[in-house]
Parts: sequence; C-alpha cells; structure tokens
Amino acid sequence: MTGPAPIEYTGVRELRGPLVVVEGVSGVGWDEFATIVLDSGERRHGLVLDVDRDLAVVQVLEDTAGMNRTGTRVAFSGSPLRIPVGTGWLGRVCNGRGEAADGGPPVLGVSSAAVGGAPINPVRREPPNEPVLTGVGAVDVLTTLVRGQKLPVFSAAGLPHLELAVQIADQATCGGEPFAVVFAGMGLTHADTAFVRDALAARSAARELVLFVNTADDPVIERMLTPRLALTVAEHLAFAEGRHVLVVMTDMTAYAEALREVSAARGEIPARRAYPGYLYSDLASLYERCGRIRGRPGSVTVLPVLTMPGGDITHPVPDLTGYITEGQIVLSADVQAAGAYPPVDPLASLSRLMRKGTGPGLTRGDHPALAAQLIAALARSRQVAELADLVGRSALSPADLRHLELEDAFRSRFLTQGRDENRSLDDSLDRAWEVLLTLPRGQLGMLPAELLDAHAPPADEEPR
Amino acid sequence: MSATDVPAPAPGAGRSRILRVCGPLVEVACPADVAMHDLVALGTGRLPGEVVAIDGDTATVQAYEYTGGLAPGHPAEPLGTPLSVRLSPELLGGVFDGLLRPLADSGDLLASDAPAAGASRRPSWPFTPRVTRGTGVAAGEVLGEIGARVPLRLLVPPGLAGEVGWIAPAGEHPSDAVVAEVGGQEVRMAQPWPVRRPRPVARRVPADLPLNTGQRAVDLLFPVARGSTVAVPGGFGTGKTMLLQQIAKWCDADVIVYVGCGERGNEMADVIEELGALTDPRTGGRLAERTVTIANTSNMPMMAREASVHTGATVAEYFRDMGLHVVLIADSTSRWAEALREFASRMGELPAEEGYPAGLASQLAAFYERAAAVRTLGGADGSVTVIGAVSPPGGDRTEPVTAHTERFVRCLWSLDRDLAYARHYPAVSWSESFSRDAPALAAAHARGGDPRWAERRGRVARQLAQADRLADLVELVGITALPPRERVDVLAGRLLREAAVQQNALSPADAYSTPEKTAALVDAVLTVIDRCLELVEAGTTADAVEAVDFTPLLRARETAAPAETAPVTAARDLVLARLKETA
Repeated sequence: MTGPAPIEYTGVRELRGPLVVVEGVSGVGWDEFATIVLDSGERRHGLVLDVDRDLAVVQVLEDTAGMNRTGTRVAFSGSPLRIPVGTGWLGRVCNGRGEAADGGPPVLGVSSAAVGGAPINPVRREPPNEPVLTGVGAVDVLTTLVRGQKLPVFSAAGLPHLELAVQIADQATCGGEPFAVVFAGMGLTHADTAFVRDALAARSAARELVLFVNTADDPVIERMLTPRLALTVAEHLAFAEGRHVLVVMTDMTAYAEALREVSAARGEIPARRAYPGYLYSDLASLYERCGRIRGRPGSVTVLPVLTMPGGDITHPVPDLTGYITEGQIVLSADVQAAGAYPPVDPLASLSRLMRKGTGPGLTRGDHPALAAQLIAALARSRQVAELADLVGRSALSPADLRHLELEDAFRSRFLTQGRDENRSLDDSLDRAWEVLLTLPRGQLGMLPAELLDAHAPPADEEPR
Repeated sequence: MSATDVPAPAPGAGRSRILRVCGPLVEVACPADVAMHDLVALGTGRLPGEVVAIDGDTATVQAYEYTGGLAPGHPAEPLGTPLSVRLSPELLGGVFDGLLRPLADSGDLLASDAPAAGASRRPSWPFTPRVTRGTGVAAGEVLGEIGARVPLRLLVPPGLAGEVGWIAPAGEHPSDAVVAEVGGQEVRMAQPWPVRRPRPVARRVPADLPLNTGQRAVDLLFPVARGSTVAVPGGFGTGKTMLLQQIAKWCDADVIVYVGCGERGNEMADVIEELGALTDPRTGGRLAERTVTIANTSNMPMMAREASVHTGATVAEYFRDMGLHVVLIADSTSRWAEALREFASRMGELPAEEGYPAGLASQLAAFYERAAAVRTLGGADGSVTVIGAVSPPGGDRTEPVTAHTERFVRCLWSLDRDLAYARHYPAVSWSESFSRDAPALAAAHARGGDPRWAERRGRVARQLAQADRLADLVELVGITALPPRERVDVLAGRLLREAAVQQNALSPADAYSTPEKTAALVDAVLTVIDRCLELVEAGTTADAVEAVDFTPLLRARETAAPAETAPVTAARDLVLARLKETA
C-alpha cells in the first residue's frame, strides 16, 4: 500500500503500548504513514501522531509485540495514508488493514484517496430526502433510513444486532438505482466473522459488497483504520461512481476502545470514563462522511452498530454517537425476551430525517401518518400497561383495554419477521394497518378520514 | 486561501521554521517581535494559525486547518497581525466557515491543500452619503447608508475621527472601494476587525425590551430581552437545534448570526436551504437575506470551531453598531468548549473538571458578555442577544459546561426529555427553566399596552405546576379519586399544554406566534378553565366537564394564522357554549 520508502530510520528510542518513538528523523510530517520492518523481516504499518524536532511518535497498527530497539527500521511514506479506490473493491473480502483475505490478489485502483477523507462543504450538501429500503418492517415503516443519513443501531450484549446489521446489509436496496454495501467489522469473533461472510456471500458474489473484517484477535489499533478504509472506498463508489452506498460499521464500541488505548498510551488527559476528550470529534470524523453532494448522483448512508456497555445509553460512546447521528434504532432486551426478532423498541427509536424521506412518490402516501399513529398508539399502550400494573385491569376503560392488547398485536403481526425474510414495504405497511385496526376508529385521530375510509370499514364506530 | 485571510507580512515580521507538529498544535521558532494571538502562516500551503503561547524562543500555534504532512523544518511566517475578519454588507445571506471565509468559494470537499476556487463575489452596493465634505465626524457616526435588504449604515470606524475630506457620491460602489476619507484616512465599506476584541460602544444600557421569538413557551413563560443571554441545555433528541432554528427563522430581530459549531452537516444544509426558501414576514424578502450563517460542522477542523463563536460575535457587533438588533445563535457551545479542552490537553495544561482547562468558566463568561443592549458610539440603540445551546453528556446537568453556563446567563431554557419524547415541541421544561428578564419585560409589556402580561404569566406557571403535582398523584390513585376541583386542575394543565404552550413547528400557521395571538390563546384557555371551575363548584360533575369536546380550542393554534386572534376567540366561544350545556 505504500510507495518506495527512501530513508529507513533505526533510532528507536522508546516502545510503549502501541507507540514507537523514533529519533533522528528529519522532514517527517504529522499524520504520515510509516512502514516498520522488524528483525525478522516482518512488515508493520503505522501513523505519525506527533513529530517534535527530530523525534517522531508512531502508532503501530499491528501493535509493538516483538519489536526491539536495535533491530527495528522505520520508513516514512512522505504523505498521509492513501489507498487505491475504485470498483475493484466490489466483491472482495479484506482484513482490517485492507489486505485481501479471500485468497485474491491485492486490490488495485485507477486512483487513490486519503483515508482521512475531507469534510463535505456544508453549502454543497444536498439535504437527504429519499429512502433506502431494508426489507426489515420495523426499520422501513417506523425509522425509515434515508439516503445520506447516519442512523446507528444501539444494542446491548446478547441482542441480535449483528444479525440485524447483516440482514440489512444483505437486503437493502435503493429502488433499482445502482447500490453497494461496504461492511466494516471491528473486533468480531471468528464465529461472527464466519456468519457475516456466509450470510453476505450472495451479495458479495453479485459484486455489490465490500467486506472489511478486523477480528477480535487482530491487532486492536488496526480498528482505528478499518472504518476509515471502508468510508474512503464508499465515498469513491458514491461520488465518483454514482452508486448509493450503505456503510455498516460494527461494533463502534470496539473502535472507541482502540481509541482509548492509544490515548492512554500517550498519557493524554482523560475525559469521561477515560475516553479521550476528542472522542466526539473523532466519531464525527467518521459519521459525518455520510451525505449527498449537489449535482452528483450517489449517496453515502452510514449505519453504525454499537453495544452499550451494561445497556447504559448515557455511556460516552452511545451518548456522543446520539449527538452526532440523525436518530437511533434501539434494540431492547425486553422485546427480545418477549420472543420478537428484530427486538426493536419502537418508542425509543427515531429517524430524524424520516419526515423528508417518506410519503407519496417516495414510499407510500399513507406512510407518514400511519407511522405517526402507530407510534402514538404504542405510547398509549405502554402507559395503559403501566396503569394496569398499578390499579389492575378491572379499573381500565374499554378504550384502554383495547390499547392493552395493541402491543402484543404489534409484536406478533408487525414486528416479528424471519432473519432471512425480505419483507416488501407494501406488506409492512399493510401489517401496520392490520395492527392499528384492532383499535376502534375513534382512537385513530391522527389518520385522515379518507385514509381510514380506504382501509377500515366506517361502520366500526364506537363511542369513546 | 484568499488574500484577505492571510494578509501580507507586516514590515519587520521575519520568517521562521516549524519545530513540532502534533495535530492542531504546532510549535515554531519564535522571532522576538511575535505577539500573543498573532497569525502565523504555516508551511508552504500557508495554513492559518494563531499564537497561543510563547516560551523563550518557541511559540505555540493553534492551526485552523488539518496539519497532515506538515513537518519540522517547514517554513512558518508570523504575520504581525491578530486573527481578523472582513466585515462587509455581503455577509448578509452568506455562508462562511469558522474564520469567515465564504464557503460558496470552495469546492464540494473542503481539503486544506485545495485553495479556494476563485475570488469571492464582491458585489456593488447602493450607497447614499449622509454627510458632506468638511463635516467633522467622530468614531461610530453615520457617513452614509447602504441599501441592502436590511438597512445598513456606513460608520466612521472605531478609533477614527476628524473632518470628512471626501465622500463618494450616491450610487453603486463595490464593497472594497474607498467611499470616504476621514481625518486623512480612507474608509471602505468593508472593514477588518480582530475577532477576539469586542467592538467599542458608548455605553451599555439596561436590556428591557422584549425579543419576540415567536415560540409561545418562551415568550410566555421565560421571555428574553434584547441584549440578554440565554442557554439552552438539552440531551440529544430533545430538540435544541429545532428550537434554535425556529428562533432564527421567526424572531423579530433585524439580523441573525447563526453559528453551527461542531454540529451535523445535513442539519446545516437543511437550515441553509430553508432560510433561502422562506419569506420574511416583516420585510417580504427571503429570511436568508437577514441571516449570516457560520457553518463549522463537527468534522471540519476543530480549532476553527474555537474561533467560530468569536467570529460570530464580531459579526453580530458589526451590525449592532449600525443601530440594529442582532441575535447570535451558537449551536452548540459544548462543542466549542470541547475544542478548548482538546487544545489545552495537547498543550499539557493542568486539567480542572473532567479534563476541561481551569479557564473554562471565565472563557464562557467572556463569550456571553459580548451580549449587550448598547448606546453605540454614534448614539443609536442596538443590541446583541446571545442564545447558546449546551449539549450535556449523558444529559448530566452537573457537568462543567452546563453548570458554569447556568451561572452566567440571564435565561435558561431547559429542554426536557420526557416532553420531547412525547413529541411536545418546544420541550422547554416549565419547572427547570428560568428568566431573570421577566420583571423588566413585564414593565415593558405594560408600557406597550398589555398590562395583564405578568398576571397571565403567573397564572399559567401556577396552573402548570399544580397540574404536574397532581399528575404524580393521579398515577398512584387514579383520576377518579381526586376531588372535582383538582380534576379540573388536571384538565387545565392539559388544555394549557396542548392548546397554548405546545406548538407545531411544521405548520405554517403555528410555526410562530405573535404576542397578540399568544395572549389570545392563553386568555381563551384561562377563560375556559375559569368556567370549568365555576361549573364544578356549582355542582356539575367533573365527569361531565371532562367529557366536553375541547377540540376547537386545541386546534385554534393551528386554525389561526400567526397574527390572527379572531379564530381563537371563536373557538373559545364555541367551547364556552358547550360547557353551558353541561350546567
């Protein structure tokens, strides 16, 4: 991945955690990419974190195990890390550093791009307003993913977030327009990796998928690079090749841990839970690479997946993610316990851009009102359930009792779907109607009368 | 980089070399004449940076661009001037980065090594002189008028006074052209000003005129005066940005300076598009024409985020000095504080709370102090109102930025997660917010012909608090266990929330509300509540009162246009008639 290295430096002064300090360097720039050769001839890679007069601090992606002061040679590439970009990535499976892991040749491209990316000019951004359909009813109807959006999945240990992410990666489409998925796995176990590769094999064979996987026993620091490679490849596919690209990044908590490890090794002043103070900006430098650009056909949509340690949504990683992203899909252990897949908590989940990406000509005319009514009815249902726990079912009004049964109907008839079931939007919306029509018409005040007439027998009128 | 950003070297400023690069922290060999806060051009790409510390012969510079590839030994050139921006009429309607460079001049991607494509537009403006040759003028006095959508004035720059030696005739002049000569010095429409130095005024005056934001929850309960300060703390998803954008669109200021500081790119794109499409109800022009947008999204260089709030304040003061009322919106000040923390950490400063530098509180205070109602040097009245969003991590209101900000502001609009999740906009909590401007504004409303303003506000606050208290009780014992009067209080809380306090930001009729409509809505609800109380006291059952269809009252806020009151009165009368039938 690097050009010819003109000078090799041997003056290793210090090795600590993932860091190597090289002395006697000259002309080495900040954020330059470095190649490190060990005694054994093994090659490793690094990035310059600090360069002070003739000292350079290099962060080694593969960790410093086995490196010594005398036999280590470091060469600097003269520029920040660039990778080849192009459609050659499609259909490939790579490790977390972008090296082929499918037995194929190295990925080549006609051009290259810096992995750090460059911010999209805010005045050149096109506000997102068209949907990505995932074939998952709960997502498509209630938290519609919009092209150019960043919408994270908040999960906890033991929940099927990886299954959901893979299902979305496998099924997502953009209404027949050119589409691709870039999947970046960070800290996945070998079993998970095998699952991801198997489940996405068809899409990979169709040359609609790029897979980067950093496994749990791969070097931790490599994870700092994996999402940046994925986004760089995605940006080219989107803005140069005109595809709509969905980037799935899982697990962002594993990424943040790598960031914390480097920060600790550098002796930086820690902020919340020992994560570095720049965690917000660092996460933003990934998530904000989504979007659309005026006058260009493609889009980058980002779906980060993260596990909330201890299920705590105020943990810095989900908290800062929530401040950057445009909504969240929250998975809940309670819904999982009730036996539903995907275990989406509809009331905690939200897609902020949904209003602009749904409706006539985009999804279906009844979609926005239907989704709003379903959420409102579920909120009432949950209140009624709490009330029933306190005062007993007998004290509930008839209308409240009907709401009590709504959440069950929602789970069994709408939410639950097969892990390989690609549900059409029409089917999902019709199921939403079916659930809502278990309520009397008078309880569906958010739906316009003409929509109700079209879907419900007007005779079903009951006094409140 | 255009020529205005990195000025030509001052005489005597020598060349220097870079010694260290660590992200935005750059150390350079320091010639003796370099001063704190001087600009330095770094490397062959001449990236802008600012001197933040000098130690012996080493100066520490914070760089405002990505420093990848910059290396020890590369050239650095101290420029001998502090970070300054170009203040001119074409700021209105423009979108700029944190250093006030027009983003329209850049390409699709903001790469630090890709120079700005072409010079910025420098249009001509109609200029009408208001003084004649030979007149003696002092700093801040009006030299002429500039015909933009907002009436602008050309002033004698601060620090200059004397006789008008020459003044341009009426007509179109480019903003870079010399339009006057005062005391032997040339005066242009566009003038530079260092961003960290507040512009001088004759004196501060009491902030006692209301800023009508058009958001009822705010105007009714927690009003803000022109020249005052507001903080808006709220966790993610509570609608901070939504509230601030609505205020940017609809408040009755002359000029809005909107600083998007470390926030979402798609959101900035959205606000830019909407401002360009919406009509200003007061001028008939586009809302964008009274707005200056400074966009520094969360993935743009972090240190420019630090500069952007000062840049915004400087722009606001520029318009204030012309006798205009300006609202400066900063979303979010927490991201700005994080930039301070990031840099302090790289400097190795001793951290205070949660890694923030010890100077955090004083820097926050200094920023909010740039808000003021003033008598300008030229004798006009102007104001800068500062509204800052705060994003507490984990919704924790005791974290340093929120805790310190609360101490320095006059008004606090606390956003409540429960209200936001119930889709109640604006989610301003009535129990955790405050307005220290309320007494002064009650007097102003009384002078302005609404003597009952304070009484109305007090009644609404009491009713909402009473309803909240009873709501806790209802959850335990059920509504039917309450006495009739208390049941009406619960009903009153619901009616006030849904008919008066809540707003539909997406509805053209309800996106903003004039003071008259707000007063009419509140009076209508209070009248209906009074009638309900009379009924239950006269023996009507609470069940019967609760069963009345209050829908016309609840819908009135959306059936009446922003400045209409008649449909509100009609809805009130309809509901009163229905109540009469239950008696």
